[in-house]
Amino acid sequence: MIEFRLDRGSGVATYLQLVHQVRHALRLGTLRPGDRLPTAKEVVSRLAINPNTVLKAYRELEREGLVTGRPGLGTFVERSLGRTPPGERARLHGELVRWLRGARLTGLDEEDLRALFASALAEASQEEIA
Amino acid sequence: MMSLFRSGPPSGEEDDAPFPAGTGLPAEHDPHDPWPGRRAPALETTGLGRRYRGAWALRDCSLAVPAGRVAAVVGPNGAGKTTLLRTAVGLLAPTTGQVRVFGRPAGESPAGIAFLAQGKPLYPGFRVREMLRFGRGLNPRWDEEAARRRLAGLGIPLERRVGSLSGGQRTQVALTLALAKQPDLLVLDEPLADLDPLARHDVMRSLMEAVAETGLSVLLSSHVVSELEGACDWLLVVNGGRVQVSGDIDDLLTGHRVLTGPAEAADALAARLPVISREETGRQATLLVRAAASPPDPRWSSRPAPLEEIVLAYLRSPGLSSLPRPSLTPAR
Repeated sequence: MIEFRLDRGSGVATYLQLVHQVRHALRLGTLRPGDRLPTAKEVVSRLAINPNTVLKAYRELEREGLVTGRPGLGTFVERSLGRTPPGERARLHGELVRWLRGARLTGLDEEDLRALFASALAEASQEEIA
Repeated sequence: MMSLFRSGPPSGEEDDAPFPAGTGLPAEHDPHDPWPGRRAPALETTGLGRRYRGAWALRDCSLAVPAGRVAAVVGPNGAGKTTLLRTAVGLLAPTTGQVRVFGRPAGESPAGIAFLAQGKPLYPGFRVREMLRFGRGLNPRWDEEAARRRLAGLGIPLERRVGSLSGGQRTQVALTLALAKQPDLLVLDEPLADLDPLARHDVMRSLMEAVAETGLSVLLSSHVVSELEGACDWLLVVNGGRVQVSGDIDDLLTGHRVLTGPAEAADALAARLPVISREETGRQATLLVRAAASPPDPRWSSRPAPLEEIVLAYLRSPGLSSLPRPSLTPAR
């Protein structure tokens, strides 16, 4: 079962944080089809958050077709995410690690790398939109 | 009132939810149904003002908080928060304007309203059991069983004297007494003041569990914004006796961004987007803007705006406001 976290002060709406965490778990395979999400009440008791927020997150996930609510039973994962097959993911991961090692050798530190990655990601996304 | 959870998972409960089925978003943009769920706003004020000895504590205050919300009232000390709360529960008569609770004038509303004043007024010499008996005698809707269950769950013995309880426990007792009245609207004035972080978390959790069980509407004031995130879903910013911001917290978070970029490009950006705050240090400018997406100009880096930054930015620019369009406040 997924354990939600809350990053107060991140500027990301709470229901979106929950949605992102479910999507992330679906991508990593820590949540799989058939798994039950915690009930709103369980999440409320653990994180002291607004029950309406949890319901809103679950409705958003339901709208995306990722989960289904079954009355009286709970909310269940409908399908997994990650359109890339595991082998392909591993290959990309390996390439990225090799690239990072090379970048380290040029003297870039972790913060430089994050900045570089963020700007490259932004550039690539802009190209996609354009 | 129906419970949010009595009949199972979220999908079966759309009728009682504050948002229309399937959309995941409040239907506030539909002018024909500004308050979904067929319920009048928990709190609605029009042109509300209150004057004390010639000075206005609250002025021209028009707002509406939908039913079922947990609304935070934030602002500096002396901004008018307590005055707003006390007029909402009918303890203070407005000098101008109107206050309605679930569609009825405050004070006449048949809906149960519970008010927890600042400083949790309890009698220190009384035992918890005696406080319960007090409440039972005064309130026809009193739910003794639920109150005892809550106190047992919190490990607060009925024989203890109120004066010997910790601050967090006293708040929990006061909250228990307020909830035992089975209110439709619970109003709390600075419930978290003087509590340590652990006690604050426990009190907020108790409150959220009560919201989950009963679907009651909550209005609570605080001057610490960070501890309200996640728990509150509606924000009212009161500043200098005026309401500056009233809105859904998720909408406010997705509707504001912090942009950082070259100072020389800041004017051009400010001409296109509403700027709430702007700081320049040398060649770099940081702007908090009202925008849902990042600007297409790659020189600007963009990040989500934390609620606290949004609140501070508005408080520092009292001339700016973020309020629903007038059409969203139903005229009666």
